[in-house]
Amino acid sequence: MSESIAYYPGCSGLGTSKEYDASTRAVCEAVGLDLVDIPDWSCCGSTPAHTKDHTLSAALSARNLQLVSGMGLNLAITPCPSCLTNLRTANHRMENAGFGEKVNKLLDEPYAGGVDAQSVIQALVEIVGLDNLAAAVRTPLTGLKVACYYGCIMNRPPEVMAFDDCENPMAMDNILTAMGATVLPFPLKVECCGASYGMPRPDVVARLTGKLLDAARDLGADMIAVACPLCQMNLDLRQGQVNRILGTNYRIPVPYFTQLMGVALNIAEAQLGFGKLCIDPRPVLSKALANAGSQAKGA
Amino acid sequence: MNIINLSNDFDADFVHRVEEESGQKVSLCYQCGNCTAGCPYTFAYDIPVSQIMRLLQAGQKKTILSCKSLWLCATCESCTTRCPNNIDVARIMDVLRHMARREGRAAIPHIKTFWDVFLDSVRAHGRVFELGLTAGYVTKTGRFWTDIELGPKIFPKGKLSLTPHDIQGREHVARIFERFERESNS
Repeated sequence: MSESIAYYPGCSGLGTSKEYDASTRAVCEAVGLDLVDIPDWSCCGSTPAHTKDHTLSAALSARNLQLVSGMGLNLAITPCPSCLTNLRTANHRMENAGFGEKVNKLLDEPYAGGVDAQSVIQALVEIVGLDNLAAAVRTPLTGLKVACYYGCIMNRPPEVMAFDDCENPMAMDNILTAMGATVLPFPLKVECCGASYGMPRPDVVARLTGKLLDAARDLGADMIAVACPLCQMNLDLRQGQVNRILGTNYRIPVPYFTQLMGVALNIAEAQLGFGKLCIDPRPVLSKALANAGSQAKGA
Repeated sequence: MNIINLSNDFDADFVHRVEEESGQKVSLCYQCGNCTAGCPYTFAYDIPVSQIMRLLQAGQKKTILSCKSLWLCATCESCTTRCPNNIDVARIMDVLRHMARREGRAAIPHIKTFWDVFLDSVRAHGRVFELGLTAGYVTKTGRFWTDIELGPKIFPKGKLSLTPHDIQGREHVARIFERFERESNS
């Protein structure tokens, strides 16, 4: 068991990405990461805050980093890349003393630095390690063809995110390979899906998300594994909208990578929340695993 | 092609303020076009990002602050990641939005409204209330047809809370906004 890690679910973890939050918690428990919720955490401000003002944005994030300090911990992990980028950007910019002072003037309790924020992916790879993850597999995802989609800001800009390759990240690919899946070389791993423009500009999201679905289908992917609640929403909930706007007929399941890990680690299905996704990945998943099983028997 | 008379409307103070607020040196841009080539939103922009950089070097405040592109940039960080001169272009785009806001300009008002409603929700509850955000956006913009087709897909999933998740320290969060407004007006 590793040392305790502060856990920041992010607002969508309480709503539209409940299944990401649930599967993340279950996977971390299964592989020995001890997550402790940050008491009374608040929203990082997401995109809307940094488009309004950088001091305000950093203050909304720093309130949470300060809470982690108060827990006596120095590492927080979050499943959401938007939360992650805000927490890391706040840390990065507050290294500048003048900026840090401006941010702290907005807070009840000043944040003195010293708390690192990482993605769940980074913690799985660096703290648990790929070998240990592979050793924990009970039901290998043999035969499942997956395109791993990281979204635009999980690893960018590299100066701030400081993990994995910014143009061709491999951490999620490596994790799902360790789970036994066949991970396809997806060329649009870090291309933007349209982000939060789904509501004000569905045409923009249709075009950008449509490209991702098109590339995944051309590759012959059974599903697209994701790590971002907003990407997941655009690719899954809005897939029908994309089809209507573009005149296409995609029907590709888009599970979170943690849900697929859960299957491989034999975590009870009730904890993985596949039923919360619009396009249920379970039929495709069962078929791929059954095919692999019958081929193994035949061989 | 637009002809710009630099002796008439080069706004040196504007360039200086952008550099100060973004911490970037705009003269470093040599117009390679990498940012525009990688920008996923170029198809939707009225002015591509590399041209915004050029207009910025030319001190064209009004043209820049009234362009639609500022409100369509998703901060995907492609431009920043790929700039050969290490200019944080996405940060400059953010700073330009901040300035446009302060001047009361928003070339795509309903996108600004979406962001404002989001922040109002954070200020009120400490965390964003997703259903309230949708309702607030629809009410404020009058776009009642927004995502109406998604309702039957999402509601049966039991994910959307009908009430906000108020945090205990929501007044701490509200005070961040209050102090920010006081500092901005001082």
